[in-house]
Amino acid sequence: MTPSSAGNEPTDPVVARAAGDVVTAAPISFHGVGRAFGTGDAARLVLRDIDLEVAAGEIVAILGPSGCGKSTLLRIAGGLDTPSDGVVAIDGTVVAPFDARSAVGFQEPRLLPWRTIAGNVALGLPRGTARGAGRTHVSRLLELVGLADFAGHRPREVSGGMAQRASLARALARNPAVLLLDEPFGALDALTRLKMQDLLLDVHAAEPTTVLLVTHDVDEALQLADRVILLGNDEDRPGARIQQTIVVPGTRPRDRGSAELAELRGRLLDGLGIDRHGAARGVPTTTTIPHYPY
Amino acid sequence: MSKADAQQRSDAPRTATTPHTASVDREFAAPVTHDGLAIAAAGPLGPSGVDRPERLPGSGIGRQPVEASVPPASSGGRRRLVDRRWFRVVGGALIPVVLLITWQLVSTSGLVPVSMLPTPEMVWLAAVDLAERGLLGLYIAISTQRVFLGFAFGAALGLAFGAVVGLSKLGDILLSPTLGAVRAVPSLAWVPLLILWFGIAEDSKIILIAIGAFFPVYTIVAAALRHVDRQLLEAGRAFGLRGFALFTAVQLPAVVPSVISALRLALAQAWLFLVAAELIASSMGLGFLLVDSGNNGRIDRIFLAIIVLALLGKLTDSLVGLFERWAVKRWA
Repeated sequence: MTPSSAGNEPTDPVVARAAGDVVTAAPISFHGVGRAFGTGDAARLVLRDIDLEVAAGEIVAILGPSGCGKSTLLRIAGGLDTPSDGVVAIDGTVVAPFDARSAVGFQEPRLLPWRTIAGNVALGLPRGTARGAGRTHVSRLLELVGLADFAGHRPREVSGGMAQRASLARALARNPAVLLLDEPFGALDALTRLKMQDLLLDVHAAEPTTVLLVTHDVDEALQLADRVILLGNDEDRPGARIQQTIVVPGTRPRDRGSAELAELRGRLLDGLGIDRHGAARGVPTTTTIPHYPY
Repeated sequence: MSKADAQQRSDAPRTATTPHTASVDREFAAPVTHDGLAIAAAGPLGPSGVDRPERLPGSGIGRQPVEASVPPASSGGRRRLVDRRWFRVVGGALIPVVLLITWQLVSTSGLVPVSMLPTPEMVWLAAVDLAERGLLGLYIAISTQRVFLGFAFGAALGLAFGAVVGLSKLGDILLSPTLGAVRAVPSLAWVPLLILWFGIAEDSKIILIAIGAFFPVYTIVAAALRHVDRQLLEAGRAFGLRGFALFTAVQLPAVVPSVISALRLALAQAWLFLVAAELIASSMGLGFLLVDSGNNGRIDRIFLAIIVLALLGKLTDSLVGLFERWAVKRWA
């Protein structure tokens, strides 16, 4: 692929160039997935009856209150954990432990402190990548996430946002069919988070892989996802299941201040058990100035 | 990126009524004018980030957050006194020189009889005397050889067993109770057995020194490997590393500092056990010099042996320090 000079292209040339590698996005499906920790009387049911089909190239955000099993679901999808019930399949094949078709972006950067940023990104390259090709790929990815000048730095020498970008580049280095992101921007400040969201959208536009994104941030979910899945417990029994599925209207990048999204945000917050205040006082939510950034 | 910039710019002039909002506005007012990505660098600095030098790709300033947090006064080109090499050397030599002078004054003043405290000159003459007869060099050589052999065997075995116990659950279950029990035996308790089995030749001494060097290495390495950051291990596995590749990429670099300190401890133990072994049964070596001089009342030679041991111990420790520098550069 050559750098595009078309002005109406949504991605910048750097992003387009990095898309040179063929990524085949794959669908991922969950069938009756449940997960209980512990055995016998001490068993604690965290997830139950999760049925979800994610199309190739789709971005699905998983929302839910803290401790409801969002991360567990993602870890199961990546083969970092095994479900107690049900199966998860990527492209029709059951997910293997540490499945090579998926890549995980963890909540923490989890960079190896003794390796340079470039060395850490190289860790994500598929096993058996030729040295030269790997190096080219790594430098392209570093350019993509804006870390080209920091390739030789150690993780402790860069900021948290940069480390998180390096972590994203490492996940992308794998050319994953499914990209699993576990609150990847959760630890960042609000502004850096917005930047990272835009970066993720650029990356996705260039390499349209399937993305499962766990987040606790309603706005982030609405900004990034095609669909938002709301996880939560029923009142009378343990184990979280999918409470709501919301198809987010419009195409990305979405206007962060749109009234439509504000309404969806309200619905999702309701689902999370958060009082909207505005509606409770009879003030139409849609006319208030968007709260974001808080 | 530019679209997002415009978005934030449009958000920026919101009325800054609360102090919190004000700080947020200031925080991104500056970076927005630069490369859009630079704003991410302000991430962990928090609200105080405004006062710090902004990290921009390509610009040399403020590359390391650690440096950036140092007040500019001390980072302005001139190195502090404690960072200078000559100061380190002089500072380190200060106490030995003071001790030597005190020793000289006390021993020559007659406060303490020379049969209790020889003068430095007497010790020096004893050294020259032994050196001229070729004994000092021989004793140092044989003792050093014993330490190095015992240390090499003990440390190698300690690394191997520590790796097995630290990396494999099965190895831990099978080996650690037994090794724990063996460790509980005071190492000098092996001496009679070793002498019975191996005689008083080199073998028994080297084995005793190896026992002394083995346990610090084994204990520290096993514990360090067991406590390698699980999150990093999981990340390594998630990116397809397993077995030996996982070991060289994650576990080994993570434990290098522990291995080095284990080796340092083991080396000190090796010298300790050398003297123990040579005190008990030997015909040469620094331990023999100690016990022989004790029997003959040659206090000058006792002092000589102690000083030589101190110098040799420090010297070998410095060698491990050199190895540490190399290993940290190579692995960690």
